[in-house]
Amino acid sequence: MKTFDVAIMGAGIVGAACAAALTREGLSVVVIDANGIASGTTAAGMGHIVVMDDTKAQFALTKYSQDLWKQLAQEMPKDCEYDNCGTIWVAANDEEMTEVRRKHELYSANSIPSEILGENGLRDAEPNLREGLAGGLLVPGDTVVYQLTATKFLIEKAVAKGAELRLADRVVTITDDGVMLKNGESISASIVVNAAGANAAELMPQLNIKKRKGHLVITERYEGFVSHQLVELGYLRSAHGNDADSVAFNVQPRSTGQMLLGSSRQFDAETGEVDREILGRMTARAFAFMPRLPELSAVRVWTGFRSATPDNLPFIGKILGFENVYAAAGHEGLGITTSLGTAELITDALLGRKSQISPEPYLPSRTFIEH
Amino acid sequence: MNRISTDILIVGGGAAGLSAAVEASAKAKVTNVDDNPNLGGQIWRAELGKVKSSEAKHLIEQIDVGKVQIINNAQVFGSNGVDKLLAETTDGNLELRFEKLIIATGARERFLPFPGWTLPNVLGGGGLQALVKGGLNIDGKRVVVAGTGPLLLAVADYLNAKGAEVLLIAEQTSAAKLRRFARGLWRQPAKMIEAAALRARLVGIPYKTDCWVTSADVSSSSRVLRSVSVFRNGITRTVECDYLACGFHLVPNIELASLLGARIENGFVAVDEFQHTSLENVYCAGEPTGIAGVESSLIEGKIAGLAGSGQPDSARSHFAARDKVRRFGEALNKAFGLRSELKTLAEADTIVCRCEDVKYKQLSEYGNSREAKLQARCGMGSCQGRVCGPATEFIFGWKPGSVRPPIFPVKLKNL
Repeated sequence: MKTFDVAIMGAGIVGAACAAALTREGLSVVVIDANGIASGTTAAGMGHIVVMDDTKAQFALTKYSQDLWKQLAQEMPKDCEYDNCGTIWVAANDEEMTEVRRKHELYSANSIPSEILGENGLRDAEPNLREGLAGGLLVPGDTVVYQLTATKFLIEKAVAKGAELRLADRVVTITDDGVMLKNGESISASIVVNAAGANAAELMPQLNIKKRKGHLVITERYEGFVSHQLVELGYLRSAHGNDADSVAFNVQPRSTGQMLLGSSRQFDAETGEVDREILGRMTARAFAFMPRLPELSAVRVWTGFRSATPDNLPFIGKILGFENVYAAAGHEGLGITTSLGTAELITDALLGRKSQISPEPYLPSRTFIEH
Repeated sequence: MNRISTDILIVGGGAAGLSAAVEASAKAKVTNVDDNPNLGGQIWRAELGKVKSSEAKHLIEQIDVGKVQIINNAQVFGSNGVDKLLAETTDGNLELRFEKLIIATGARERFLPFPGWTLPNVLGGGGLQALVKGGLNIDGKRVVVAGTGPLLLAVADYLNAKGAEVLLIAEQTSAAKLRRFARGLWRQPAKMIEAAALRARLVGIPYKTDCWVTSADVSSSSRVLRSVSVFRNGITRTVECDYLACGFHLVPNIELASLLGARIENGFVAVDEFQHTSLENVYCAGEPTGIAGVESSLIEGKIAGLAGSGQPDSARSHFAARDKVRRFGEALNKAFGLRSELKTLAEADTIVCRCEDVKYKQLSEYGNSREAKLQARCGMGSCQGRVCGPATEFIFGWKPGSVRPPIFPVKLKNL
């Protein structure tokens, strides 16, 4: 029986990125997923490649990853819809403008271009925002990607380097020499990477990952209604608070002229059905920023599950108690952005190399500082 | 948000929905909701605001307006819990609370992709008919009617009466299948007469079986339809025309039933003999339970209306009649089944999903509708796969993807 160097559980964007990075280094890889490429959390999300600075560790990983995306974009096909639209962090009031200035300083100190917009500058940049908002921070280096075709692109890169795909097989057990599939078949691999996203904890309860449900709405085509990814500064409170339910204004222009509208966060919501109460709160929040939105048409609403960890940082690295199992999961709302950085950290760990950023904050064995 | 509470909510103002409303209103408070400005559904679509069919008028007259609340121009797009539907109206969002729901959402035409099918003036049969009913002048225009099913005859007949020059009816099914079906019609006297009458009036219009359109073509100077290529017995010929009306029989509108979680079997809403779905408080009548024509819709509507309003014995008295028309429906679907040659009409650059401009060549690499949707956006647009779903099911054998709310595009404020 063939023994792979690495078996990757999960063909979402994190698993795909790991497969591309590991095969690039000459390792033999098999990617296993019960539901096909990008069928879980990856499919449900937004595809925003964004630098976030909630913590130093988050900042380091998102910035590193964004640089990797910029390199990858050189070779990505058109259907990945990589778009340099930039982000505007919208400040509703003067208090949030203080946060804008803090962010600006941090970004400048780290050579990330950004520009402070006043009330008029914000309106010029996005005329459909309401009047009376204090301003915002434009981060022109942030981008948007169609994460589904990007995932497929990464998988195809890996396949071109010899990766094998098992896209209709469910892993039921992780063993000392690989994984066992539901059909009873064993796949032999020296290392197993658990990149199963929101389901990563199913086979490994020691990974403290909780599902955090989100809703998204996609509109009909309204070319030019929004030009940048717009996120309210209050987003951080929603994303990184540990409240049971929260919403924030977050809208993304798609290259089709459509808009994606988010976001909601709910713990303890186990089923995928649309929750009208929180959907209503989410759209109301968006209307408060964009008064013309209510008259536009929505085509579809869907839900998905983020994989949330106690400190909002992913688990990347060897899992305590196993010699052969690594985690690459728990990316919450940042999996598209941080997939590429994650893949490099995993690759470095497997090859025993030093990484470009410190892997310590993401090790599954870390002690949590909840906040 | 406006709110209405009713005993029996009927979605759909066509044959099945109206028939259900008449029966149910004898015992219960009934609300009928429909997205069109007038009652009558697709089959009896009003002409410039007036219902013309005597059959439809007769049925509408039977409705006691004191007992049935009619709500037109209301598009049901979602649900809220197990006993409320949500509709978008010109007056905003409407919540419809019910004890029992009767789904009578009818059917739509099936379209198949072939080169040129997305050109202006290439329409569905029902689509062109609806445009003419809405005021389009077809007088003196040259029209080819193509596809399959009894609708072709009805459409040609209607357009002919409106002054169109119907050059050809191209029916893809075989002469042998059609003969078997026609022989069966002897057991259905009413239908036989109807069909014969139609054919008689269509004298002079060539009705060709084993015949289908392989492409619609434009003149070199403009993007206007100039001619269609018609294939029959190994020979392709060109027919110059102004319009092509092309539809391939009907597919059921099961999206609402599916959204609510009713069991779907082989593409249709599963019902018991009382038209009761797998959901405790939901009935379904007409085409969503099986394509069987207007008579079947009328009887199924009666049964659903009676059963839903607590009159099971009266409902039972219609079982025999229903079973008979359903057999007609089975014969109909057999007679107008699609030939496999139609699977290969689309060329590499032929658009399959019109909403998202997805071409045939982009789809062949995928294994199912979900992959094609997520990777190539097939079926992701505003029609939610209503057009391309039945086409990819026929061509690639893909089962339609899951239904997501809203089932029709709706203003964000009404969502």
